[in-house]
Amino acid sequence: MTTIDPRAAMHLADAAVSIELETPDMTLNIGPQHPSTHGVLRLVAQVDGERVNSVEPVIGYMHRGYEKLAEVRTYPQITALTNRIDWVSGFANEVPFVGAIEKLLDIEVPERAQYIRLILTELARISTHLVFASSYPLELGASTPLMHVMREREHVLELLESVTGGRFHPNFNRVGGVKPAAGGGSTMKKLSQDLPAGFLAATEAAMQNVMDVCDDVDRLVTGNELFLARTVGVGVIPAAKAFEYGVTGPNLRASGVKYDLRKVESLLPYDDFDFEIPVGLNGDCFDRFVVRVQEIRQSVAIVRQAIAKIPAGPLRAKVPRILKVPQGEVYVRAENPKGEMGYYIISEGGRIPYRLKIRSASFSNLSILPWVLEGALIPDLVAILGSLDFALGDVDR
Amino acid sequence: MNFWVMLLIRVGLTLAIMLPIALVVIFGELKISAHMQSRIGPYFAGGRFGWAQPLADGLKFLQKEDLVPGEADRTVYKLAPYVVLMGTLATFVIIPISPDLVVRNLDLGVFYLLAVSSLSTLGVLMAGWSSANKYSLMGGLRAAAQLIAYELPLVLAAIGVAIQAGSLSLNDIVTAQASWQWFDAAPTWLNGIISPFMILQIVGLTIFLVASLAELSRIPFDMPIAESELTMGYLTEYSGMRFTMFFLGEYAGLVAMAAVAATLFLGGYWFPWVGDDALNFLGPFVLLSKVMLIAFLFIWLRWTFPRLREDQLQTIAWKWLIPAGLINILVTAFFKVVF
Repeated sequence: MTTIDPRAAMHLADAAVSIELETPDMTLNIGPQHPSTHGVLRLVAQVDGERVNSVEPVIGYMHRGYEKLAEVRTYPQITALTNRIDWVSGFANEVPFVGAIEKLLDIEVPERAQYIRLILTELARISTHLVFASSYPLELGASTPLMHVMREREHVLELLESVTGGRFHPNFNRVGGVKPAAGGGSTMKKLSQDLPAGFLAATEAAMQNVMDVCDDVDRLVTGNELFLARTVGVGVIPAAKAFEYGVTGPNLRASGVKYDLRKVESLLPYDDFDFEIPVGLNGDCFDRFVVRVQEIRQSVAIVRQAIAKIPAGPLRAKVPRILKVPQGEVYVRAENPKGEMGYYIISEGGRIPYRLKIRSASFSNLSILPWVLEGALIPDLVAILGSLDFALGDVDR
Repeated sequence: MNFWVMLLIRVGLTLAIMLPIALVVIFGELKISAHMQSRIGPYFAGGRFGWAQPLADGLKFLQKEDLVPGEADRTVYKLAPYVVLMGTLATFVIIPISPDLVVRNLDLGVFYLLAVSSLSTLGVLMAGWSSANKYSLMGGLRAAAQLIAYELPLVLAAIGVAIQAGSLSLNDIVTAQASWQWFDAAPTWLNGIISPFMILQIVGLTIFLVASLAELSRIPFDMPIAESELTMGYLTEYSGMRFTMFFLGEYAGLVAMAAVAATLFLGGYWFPWVGDDALNFLGPFVLLSKVMLIAFLFIWLRWTFPRLREDQLQTIAWKWLIPAGLINILVTAFFKVVF
């Protein structure tokens, strides 16, 4: 019987192992200061060469404590905070918040105010998606779409500014309706001055420009072979996974789920309009891009219809000067450009809420990052990150 | 003594002529990209059209602090930009500018050219390694991988030209294109048609242009820099003077590659129906306009396309360009032997 020297055996085993070079993973800190993290997201990635083995998102660099701040502010004051949550679509953030208060107070919002809210929400959606359509090619290295798309977005922002006085932070919603438009004087006295003169015509012109630039994007980006090579089949999120992680909005619809709160339950009169919900097939980066561009077109259709049949009437329901909200709890959600946005308000009666919980779309959408980035290449990491379209303010609040 | 003085004058002249051309290309890039993006571009510097913008940029960079990261390999880090610039400038030495004007007419011109043009990648790798930055390192490694993938198609494309011209000397290659002869024994009616190699070597030209885009790390092959992925790749830690060197090296490299492509495929300084005497005077301008034409093509592509992924680049190089280059050589050699 031959005996094997255990030390020699170990030596042999070592030799067998060492044939494969031992390459420990490298820890790569992506962010908080990095061109493609859109602000201050930090990803701690374990990379093996270019391949990402695991990713841990670190958030909170932009935490501003809005939920806590809300506990020491009156309801109308909080409106000014809400449009800073997702600053890209400021107006759309206000609507569900004032909607929640109106629900607590049981106030009926005049129809014209609802239409104005709806038009401006859709303009905010168009502007948000235009930002995406301009910045996403930039993640992939194509810098020309940025300028062309941003130029048209500027027209949309000008429209928002002409009505609300603010480009990003309109602070235009009031409990029970909307503020008199910029330069419009008091609502009660001059009903005719709610929307600035020529607003509807200017909107129609801007919508035409937006449609044109969508066609430009399709020609320059969507059909581009290199763009397809970088996005098709990259970062696939199956619908089941999207549900698991609470992914909402265009990211969910890109996975083929036809779910849009505008059709399901909405504060605003979306039932009056004809529009489609674009959905993707595979849930990859390409689908997420195409769904958003299609949503711009649908929003344009909504705005055009709304302009055509906006009713006359008061801008604001009768609301007491000092707003005292009765005791109660309410959760109101709406389809924000980035996904489902909800406000949960607990009121103990009085002028300030006891507690405000904000359910923001980007936070939930980002939670899928560790799963979807596992095994991706670093260039794909950037492509996937960009395609999820988040705003850090919306993540951290 | 005489030899060294002449050498100094020639090198000095090369620098004095080629670097301003690189500045012109930088200015062209600023303006062309601006107009493609519905912007105006530089407007104030220099009084008219912002023509002095590249100079102003350069002067600004010179005033900036020359930072060296604490962990960096100082010697290598400081040397890297000059290696990049040197490799690029060395290319200009053998470009024939007119029938009589060439710094050095090497018999092994094409060979020298391809050897020298890969030197600058060495500088890039040095920069990536010595910066003590993970992004820089990845950028450097990507550049190295890119070099291996793209030197080959570049060489194969150039070999097609060399076979057709029957020489490796760039002067001879230009003369061959100016000869109005497609092949030695081709029918006479065919030999009466002008014959820059861009017509016969169209496959080679395409391969060469794609490969030189990759060699220059320009979009769609700018993975070593890849701003949105690796912040600035191997350039991440560089600032001030050394960054300027890289920047200048990049554009000098563009001019060099364009000049090589113009010489190999577009007939260099030669222009049909212009005699040799006139070409001695007009040649530089002819070459310059051909260079600018190719530079414009590079700029146009850069501001149109997104960036590819490193593995996709390797796929294009190994599965498409190299086989196409080999077939191109075979076909060229076949016609060369048959006729």
